Amino acid sequence: MFEYAPAPESRDIVDIRPSYGLFINGEWVEPQGEDRHKTVNPATEEVLAEVAWAGEADVDRAVQAAAKAFPVWSAMPGAERAKYLFRIARLIQERSRELAVLETLDNGKPIRESRDVDLPLVAAHFFYYAGWADKLSYAGFGPDPRPLGVAGQVIPWNFPLLMLAWKIAPALACGNTVVLKPAETTPLTALAFADICRQADLPPGVVNIVTGAGETGAALVNHPGVDKVAFTGSTEVGRLIARGLAGTRKKLTLELGGKAANIVFEDAPLDQAVEGIVNGIFFNQGHVCCAGSRLLVQESVAADLLEALKRRLGTLRLGDPLDKNTDIGAINSAEQLAKIRELSEAGEAEGAERWSPACPIPDRGYWFPPTLFTGVAQSHRIAREEIFGPVLSVLTFRTPAEAVEKANNTPYGLSAGVWTEKGSLMLWMASRLRAGVVWSNTFNRFDPTSPFGGYKESGYGREGGRHGLEGYLAV
Amino acid sequence: MTTPLAEVASSPSTLRAFLHGLPGVDRVGADARAAMLGTRSIKTTAKKQAIDLAIRMVDLTTLEGADTHGKVRAMCAKAVRPDPADSSVPPVAAVCVYPDLVATAVEALTGSGVKVASVATSFPSGRSSLEVKVAETRLAVAAGAAEIDMVIDRGAFLAGDYLKVYEEIVATKEACADAHLKVILETGELATYDNVRRASWLAMIAGADFIKTSTGKVSPAATLPVTLVMLEAVRDFLAATGRKVGVKPAGGIRTTKDAIKYLVLVNETAGPDWLDPDWFRLGASSLLNDLLMQRQKMATGRYAGPDYFTLD
Repeated sequence: MFEYAPAPESRDIVDIRPSYGLFINGEWVEPQGEDRHKTVNPATEEVLAEVAWAGEADVDRAVQAAAKAFPVWSAMPGAERAKYLFRIARLIQERSRELAVLETLDNGKPIRESRDVDLPLVAAHFFYYAGWADKLSYAGFGPDPRPLGVAGQVIPWNFPLLMLAWKIAPALACGNTVVLKPAETTPLTALAFADICRQADLPPGVVNIVTGAGETGAALVNHPGVDKVAFTGSTEVGRLIARGLAGTRKKLTLELGGKAANIVFEDAPLDQAVEGIVNGIFFNQGHVCCAGSRLLVQESVAADLLEALKRRLGTLRLGDPLDKNTDIGAINSAEQLAKIRELSEAGEAEGAERWSPACPIPDRGYWFPPTLFTGVAQSHRIAREEIFGPVLSVLTFRTPAEAVEKANNTPYGLSAGVWTEKGSLMLWMASRLRAGVVWSNTFNRFDPTSPFGGYKESGYGREGGRHGLEGYLAV
Repeated sequence: MTTPLAEVASSPSTLRAFLHGLPGVDRVGADARAAMLGTRSIKTTAKKQAIDLAIRMVDLTTLEGADTHGKVRAMCAKAVRPDPADSSVPPVAAVCVYPDLVATAVEALTGSGVKVASVATSFPSGRSSLEVKVAETRLAVAAGAAEIDMVIDRGAFLAGDYLKVYEEIVATKEACADAHLKVILETGELATYDNVRRASWLAMIAGADFIKTSTGKVSPAATLPVTLVMLEAVRDFLAATGRKVGVKPAGGIRTTKDAIKYLVLVNETAGPDWLDPDWFRLGASSLLNDLLMQRQKMATGRYAGPDYFTLD
């Protein structure tokens, strides 16, 4: 046997302060209330730091700082704003190892992913939108599109720094100023980003970071001084926000849940399809809104594909997220773990067959083994509800039309994947799938130039690409 | 002789239908998978284990027009005792030479456990008649070669004449008698991964004991994704027929880091059962000294200069 020795990435490179305040108007300030919250490493349950819980007064202060910075920032020539964004992008690259380790510590995702996926994409997003800052007149939104004002942005815990980049980079490129609230369980990389803003000499108030939970987010999106709200998270919270904002002048973009179909035809490149299925649902422990959580496989190859898939799952390495050879890290929180367990139990109770590879689970921390369910029907909860964990529901189909019907039969519509070597079938499918992204012989591939967003209950508005500018411009 | 699935070669059309019925390979996906496995971090005890395993898997090779008996004897000495200063270094798996030098290698290696492999069948191009190829194989086997590294007729393969390729392999296998047959696909000339998968199955159906990527005379030689596709093929062939076939990437593997990437690929594709010199070889020459250098570095904590490793 060839056992890989432990290969942990050193955590010495990160310097986590015992306690963090709020980043408002270019400075670290203490919150007005006493509320503080501990953020933990989900792989060990070790407390990493204490962060402030911003109340309404703190949010108000942050929005005012952003409003004060807006005239200066929006009046600045695009080429000047671009200089700041390029500088931020370079600083992110220079500090990428540190940020990757920090992300892994706070989130639980494997260092291989934070190092090879998250951080390169974060830098790429800033580079990409830096390029747009002085070309907005040519983006197709009129000769002189204007920014909106103060953007209130609320992001999730699954890709903390990447979601920050998706929100902040286009907002700043278009001339808006920002108040961002990171997720309650993963605030640390956003706070490190505040430090990068200072390093880049970004004018005070252009980026403000307020930490907290749902109440802080509610205070932010409902603040009358906010002109634009951007939210990524659950459909349930997205609905609340949409309700609260109805009838106001605020512009809103929502990027919500998903229950994506990954569709494998009998002529698919099977070995690569297996990789795509694994990457679709086990990437980032399945904490991915566009995860390929429903595998639709053509019945004629279902047995072969499942055998190959099970064999492959047997090679997945679950454990210490800082180990460079880890494939599956920790579940982000006890709360999320409970939700994954509850839905998995529901799957068994409804009659689907549950399978996991032999997979030792660490004693401490929050863990869930890679799991697949076969014999799943469209009516089962595990085929309809977003699990947001490493759990795959396997369904079969007989014809392309049935595949489309089943794939679209969900209230969501964020993404889909199609696996076939036949180009005409690929195009036929892509034009019928109601999903914001359709991946062709791949899954979970991201690029700053490509717009991303949902149909139906997966939200509205697009992030990324030229389309991503629209949400931050008065058009 | 009968090999599993031999009935698919009963006519050109059945053979073609079978090979074209194999699942396709998506190039982007295969490249990405190989690249991901290339990021595995193999350190400390695992690296030590991997270096010794890689040394035991080396087919130490010289295939030059300038090869002489003296050169081959020197290489054989190195194969048996790669590091004269350290007897704990294991010998390599085999030496690989041209047919006319087999007798010299056999004489030098008698009793050492290191096998003698010979290229044959008008290596490297394979451009000759079947009679000549079979005669050359018999010559090498008669001189004592335990392993024959044959080349396929890439022209016939690319022209779609799979049966010709098949029949040549069957004839060569017959001429090998007890010698093991490695079939070189020359993947650099087959160009697509679909072709690599088809050629792998074709060779295995025809009776190959090993499938080998390259002659080393064509660029690109061995690559990680090509080897990945071949490892998938031997894994699936075992599942389909019960017969296990070995894999040998050859050419372009020069560093310990490269060699370890191949071992990771084997471990996570075909599985640990293939991590043995009986089932996986590395065709190389300069690789050996880098393995020795890294091995010594792990033992002493310091790098020795290149002059401390013999150039044979």
